[in-house]
Amino acid sequence: MPSKLIEKTLRVNRLPHIWCPGCGHGILMRDVAQAIDNCGLDPDKVVIVSGIGCSSRAAGYMNYNTLHTTHGRALAFATGVKMANPDLTVICITGDGDCTAIGGNHLIHACRRNIDITSIVFNNNIYGMTGGQYSPTTPHGEKGTTAPYGNIDYNFDIPKLAEAAGATFTGRCTAYHAPQAIKLIEDAIKHHGFSLIEGMSVCPTYYGRKNKKGDSVAMMNWQKDTCIDAKVASKLPPEKLEGKILIGELSRDESKEEYTDMYMKIIEKCGGNK
Amino acid sequence: MSEKRFKLLQGNEAVVEGAIAAGMRFYAGYPITPSTEIAERSALRLPQVGGKFVQMEDEIGGIAAALGASVAGLKSMTATSGPGFSLKQENIGYAAIAEIPIVIVDVQREGPSTGLPTSPSQGDLMQSKWGTHGDHPVIVISPSSVQECYSETVRAFNMAERFRVPVIFLMDEIIGHLREGCEMIPPEELTISNRRIDRKFNGTMAYAVQEGNYVPEFAPFGKGDHFNVTGLFHDLDGFPTNDNQKTDSQERRLLDKITKRRDRIQKWEEVECEDCETMIVCFGGTARAVQGAMDEAKKQDFFKIGMFRPITVWPFPEEALNKIIRQNKHLRQIIVAEHNDGQMVLEVQRIVEGRVPVIHLGKIDGTTITPEEVLKKIEEEY
Amino acid sequence: MAKTEIRMTGSGGQGVIMGTIILAEAAYEDGKQVVQCQAYGPEARGGSSKAETIVSDDRIHYTKIKYPDLLLSLTQESLDKFKDAVKESTIFVVDSDIEVPEEIMKAHKVYSLPILDSARNVIKNKMSANIISCGAVNELTHVATQEALEAAVLNHVPKGTGDSNLAALRLGAQLIKEYK
Repeated sequence: MPSKLIEKTLRVNRLPHIWCPGCGHGILMRDVAQAIDNCGLDPDKVVIVSGIGCSSRAAGYMNYNTLHTTHGRALAFATGVKMANPDLTVICITGDGDCTAIGGNHLIHACRRNIDITSIVFNNNIYGMTGGQYSPTTPHGEKGTTAPYGNIDYNFDIPKLAEAAGATFTGRCTAYHAPQAIKLIEDAIKHHGFSLIEGMSVCPTYYGRKNKKGDSVAMMNWQKDTCIDAKVASKLPPEKLEGKILIGELSRDESKEEYTDMYMKIIEKCGGNK
Repeated sequence: MSEKRFKLLQGNEAVVEGAIAAGMRFYAGYPITPSTEIAERSALRLPQVGGKFVQMEDEIGGIAAALGASVAGLKSMTATSGPGFSLKQENIGYAAIAEIPIVIVDVQREGPSTGLPTSPSQGDLMQSKWGTHGDHPVIVISPSSVQECYSETVRAFNMAERFRVPVIFLMDEIIGHLREGCEMIPPEELTISNRRIDRKFNGTMAYAVQEGNYVPEFAPFGKGDHFNVTGLFHDLDGFPTNDNQKTDSQERRLLDKITKRRDRIQKWEEVECEDCETMIVCFGGTARAVQGAMDEAKKQDFFKIGMFRPITVWPFPEEALNKIIRQNKHLRQIIVAEHNDGQMVLEVQRIVEGRVPVIHLGKIDGTTITPEEVLKKIEEEY
Repeated sequence: MAKTEIRMTGSGGQGVIMGTIILAEAAYEDGKQVVQCQAYGPEARGGSSKAETIVSDDRIHYTKIKYPDLLLSLTQESLDKFKDAVKESTIFVVDSDIEVPEEIMKAHKVYSLPILDSARNVIKNKMSANIISCGAVNELTHVATQEALEAAVLNHVPKGTGDSNLAALRLGAQLIKEYK
């Protein structure tokens, strides 16, 4: 029996999902659904846009207007949706490869525009759909099927990248810390501007196995032990933070005007609103 | 904004005016010569009519945003030239399989890669049909005057909306940068097609079609049952399927909606084709040199020349060409004049099947074919 | 008038493209058939630039000019580049600083006018050379009425420069009328 939340927010007839046993994506998808529900949004006015990859299959399971696009392009499609109808709540679900490799250019420019889109990157540190190739978030030195001798690329810190590019809300959550994740995504949706959340997932099938990280439980335990809330961390001395990953809200800037608001002013100025 | 009805306009500008008359309310693109004036005028004009313009970070973003806006209910366009047209190809396929109306303008320029950015060419003719991977439907329209930049853009939008397909508006630098008079026919005097909207998909059968029809009805995001759009092969409900029979029936319908309705899409111009000895087949800006050659020929005691000009280049007006070949007993040769190394000529040869000689007149040096060159070719081959 | 083909040449930035647009727009508003086009790209930046207007009573098919009825050149380089693509009847209008080869002087009607100098010293706006040119070209070809030409000038010049540009237009015509 699916839970009430799942019945309400997911397309139950599309389940079970295609993700591997132990994958963290299902938890993150549920967190997104819970956050949307907590915001009290009309499902007919919510649009989920995704790209290509494991993460992007989430759109099809979610009971809203869903747009499963081409690899890397979710944010560019989402920009068109939001511009066309600013009354819609537009949420992007994308992956580490989709968003920061093939779609990296769209990411930094969506951040720069400060368009009111909430983007959640399901980061499993690997290309899962194609079977375990290293991605821009595979840690330096770790392995993938295309990095059999260890990855010599340095990995992105996605929230930092987004903040530097102009995103006015950034944060990080994990598959393990579900209640915190739901709250963070809720805040990101409510933020009027571009927000980016890195959702740390786990991929025991490819990333985990290749790098001897143990099973899903072990990987989530690692999240539990390694991640620390940014607010708590701000009160700790630096030596206590070594090797830790900050989660929660990481940056917020309420000073910048939102993109579609500015465009509506141009329309008004031109008399196009009559 | 009250605009004068008759105005001297550049081809690129007329495209924007036609698009707005047809109902375009969204444009996304990236600057590229020789199409940039389309972006510039869209940026100026769209907010005046309550529409929206966004300059995206790259060519792919341009078509992606335009498709997003179309799904959200606005008639959308993007414009580009060769290099950008190549970059947009993947999402043209997405528009085809997800059945999202969009108009993509390609103002062709010479050569592969960066080529000669400011020189005329018609080298993207085959790409406009086959550019994106996989079997897919597409409609391609090519104007040969500033007036057609206006009125055929209206038709391009109508076709995109009626058939839920990407329509490619295949221009060349000759017409894109040409200024001539244009009658800006107001929307109330035009036939404007809008996508057929069904707010309740009878469940969520977003891709179901009624008996005898090929095009599913459509509801923009936020205005009807929420449904799923994907570039994967999908079932009638819009959700991915690997079922081979369902894949086949979806692919067949996508192709059939164009091929079985091609008589509603094809458009061409015939000038003195009924009794000519040489018929010149051409499209876009090349037609102007061919008509110039016909003007010259009339001043001299020259062979009788006719011109057959597809305006819808894909699907090619095959039946019309066949009819001329059947009926014109004086026809001795067909010359296909185009600014490339031989693309439309292949289609014409396929249709003519050797009944009369089909000869190619091409040019790929960045200059335009002249009327003298057309006449010389006719004489040489006669 | 059956068909008049005008080629205006100069260096990038002198406004010869705008000059042909103004002539075309004026003739179009008068009810004539027109086409206007120009060379783009590297050709249009620095060096010599070229723009063309065709005016006709009948529909214009071919959009390019082979041999113009009138060739205007504002720089030596542009004259040197385009002087040979002419026919016997081609009229030359050149700036008076330009040296015109003897054989052209012999074979053609040549108007050597102080266009650039008048723009600088009479109109006191060197950007008005193209408008002076329009006045001269129209005085010779009569492709447009004075009324339409003035309206087209006002439609294309920056606000606040209307009067000086209309003066430039009249000056161009004057230079032809007084030419000896």
